[in-house]
Amino acid sequence: MSPEMLLEIEQEKARAVLPEDIVRYIEDVQGHKHPESYLIPVLHKVQDHFGYLAREQMDAVSVLMQVPAAKVTGVASFYHFFTFTPKGEHRISLCMGTACFVKGADRVLDKLKELLAIDVGQTTEDGLFSIDMARCVGACALAPVMLVDEAVYAEVKPGQVAKILSSYGYSAKKGREARPAGRAGA
Amino acid sequence: MNDEAKVTQMNAARETAVDGAKAAPEPRPAPQKMLNLWIDGIQVTVPEKTTILEAAATVDIRIPSLCYHPDLSVVGACRVCLVEVEGQRNPVPACSFPVSEGMKVTTSSVLLRRLRRDVVELILDNHPQDCQTCMRNLTCELQRLAYELGVWTRLFEGERKRSPVDASSPVRRNAEKCILCGRCARVCAEVQGVYNLSTQKRGFTSVMAPAHEANMIDSVCIHCGQCANVCPTAAFVETASTGPVLRALSNPDIHIVVQTAPAIRATIGEGFGFRPGTPVAGKLVTALRRVGFNKVFDTNFGADLTIVEESTEFISRLQRGERLPLITSCSPGWINFLERFYPELIPLTSSCKSPMSMLSTLLKTYYAQQAGIDPKKIFVVAIMPCTAKKFEAARAEHLTPWGAPYTDAVLTTRELVWLMKTFGVDFHNLEDGMFDSPLGVSSGAADIFGATGGVMEAALRTAYERVTGQELEAVGFEEVRGVEGVREASIDLGGTTINIGVANGLQNAKTLLDRILSGERTYHLIEIMACPGGCVAGGGQPYPPAGMHVLDPKLAKLRAQALYAIDGSKSLRKSHENPAILRLYEHFLGAPNSHLCHELLHTHYAPKLPRGVK
Repeated sequence: MSPEMLLEIEQEKARAVLPEDIVRYIEDVQGHKHPESYLIPVLHKVQDHFGYLAREQMDAVSVLMQVPAAKVTGVASFYHFFTFTPKGEHRISLCMGTACFVKGADRVLDKLKELLAIDVGQTTEDGLFSIDMARCVGACALAPVMLVDEAVYAEVKPGQVAKILSSYGYSAKKGREARPAGRAGA
Repeated sequence: MNDEAKVTQMNAARETAVDGAKAAPEPRPAPQKMLNLWIDGIQVTVPEKTTILEAAATVDIRIPSLCYHPDLSVVGACRVCLVEVEGQRNPVPACSFPVSEGMKVTTSSVLLRRLRRDVVELILDNHPQDCQTCMRNLTCELQRLAYELGVWTRLFEGERKRSPVDASSPVRRNAEKCILCGRCARVCAEVQGVYNLSTQKRGFTSVMAPAHEANMIDSVCIHCGQCANVCPTAAFVETASTGPVLRALSNPDIHIVVQTAPAIRATIGEGFGFRPGTPVAGKLVTALRRVGFNKVFDTNFGADLTIVEESTEFISRLQRGERLPLITSCSPGWINFLERFYPELIPLTSSCKSPMSMLSTLLKTYYAQQAGIDPKKIFVVAIMPCTAKKFEAARAEHLTPWGAPYTDAVLTTRELVWLMKTFGVDFHNLEDGMFDSPLGVSSGAADIFGATGGVMEAALRTAYERVTGQELEAVGFEEVRGVEGVREASIDLGGTTINIGVANGLQNAKTLLDRILSGERTYHLIEIMACPGGCVAGGGQPYPPAGMHVLDPKLAKLRAQALYAIDGSKSLRKSHENPAILRLYEHFLGAPNSHLCHELLHTHYAPKLPRGVK
């Protein structure tokens, strides 16, 4: 195989990994003054689309942006926002800011972990839920605050957690069966 | 040099000035503002933007430092170089703090010693305390600083990071020994243009690693070993090959032979306290016999053979009007770079195996036949200034028909120093020995292979005589010597002017390679060595003595001078006049580039994935 063909295949493969609008965005910013400075916006878009950053997606970003792969994964692994594990269909975000914490967010978290049988940063085996910790969502008056996707739950008590989860398809039986997702290899 | 070999410099001086200055793409404006300051009461006048550490160095004041490296960008990561500046509330890092007019700096005080000591203890606290069993014992910069700053007692104790060792490639990565100074990532990106390493993750979990924290062998690493050279600890070192060598040495059924690269004779003395640039070829041969090698051959022989083969390839391409330039292929770091970063230039690259691989192949064919030894019982050890040679030796292209590698083990210069020490060799008091015949006979053209420009000069000596049919009287091609990153010249070969380019350090090589690709300039012959300065500053060379540093052009120059001195002292200075080479062709190989030559002495390259980002 000729080197030119190899490069072509590599680019084509990379384009196939990412959705069209992101590929177009990358191509657009190539004309800008410091195209490599768009790395974080590009990673945001990729994570928005897939819910997480997989290895092949980061490699594709490296190939299409011509930014060294070590830098792409270095940046992605530096920022707390980026995640390498697939998120659940419903993303639970529990505020662990000072106000929420003193109002008992830790006990809410314990309940979440108990019911879903996963830890922070993990996803249930059925892919329904994932738990993240947030650092102050700016709603301290409502502490402790729990977000499920875009919905905000105020003054959450451990006893209410099961009911909230069940409105998203949680059932106690399913919850007990759930195991930490073993898909951390991203 | 006779009249016909008049050399016209192709703006060589200008090129050198521009290309030689690494990381300074624009020439600095001429009139520089000078600033006066006082460092420990001594008045110093330096240009603006100079850092305190650089200013102190001009008056021989050494400020302890760790992450700082004079030839790499400044990051200010370690805080060991703290100094006091009058008017500043807190001590400042000297490596990154620029001087200002009238500044008063104190570089040494009881307070500063304590602060520096505490910084180093905090680093040590997150570091394995296994100095005695560490490969960098006695050459470790962290160990030396801990002694100098007096970390006698432990005030802090905390959790220590844990990480598996990655010994998948010739360069061994041990993240537990890493102090996150980032020199490895800087040399990889800034000097070699590879950018394989970067800080992954953050805070306590930070590691210097390839993308995805992949093993080095699965990354775009070219195995040049410069990360190991600049690493202050043993976070990056060569993967040891001394075990298999010791086993072979102890097996009476094995005929163990050794070959030593041109650059070793210029550097191994440093491992025994000789000044850099002391040629010690004779002692090296005797020491290798003491260690127990049955025969001591010279990679120089392979170098002479490479020149004969490569110049034949060059002249044939030149005369047939085939694609040029011809790019040299001796440097395995460069070959790895070629395959991952510039695969489109594979067709231009010489198909010649490196001198090491040529000689190893001959040892298991020609030599085995001549000596009546079963080649399967020959164990070939190569002493190389290089970590990438370990990779080359293991390549599928360099295996014997029965599956064993032609080169069984590659030891770096550093590994050989250890091997000699462990065998109690008293290097200083050894008598000079001679390489074994016939694969130890070589011309001066082979010696200079170890320095940047050396392969080019050796090739020109032979190509000139081959093309013109006339004897070259002045053998030295001074215009290709030097340590600048990129050098260019035009040379008249009896009416045919050829443009040549020499690059060392792969970031510099990119400059030349991009000129080839853009068609901006026409070249006939290109020499590329992966390491800055060439093999004398290879990734397996001894750690420099106090007062000198890796990447220091002065160090590369001193070491190169040793090779040019050996070359100058020989009467045989052209590869194609080496009588042992002539006999080899006559009795075994036939003519240069013959069918047998292609089978034994040539190889091929292929694009590799993952590709690097240029």
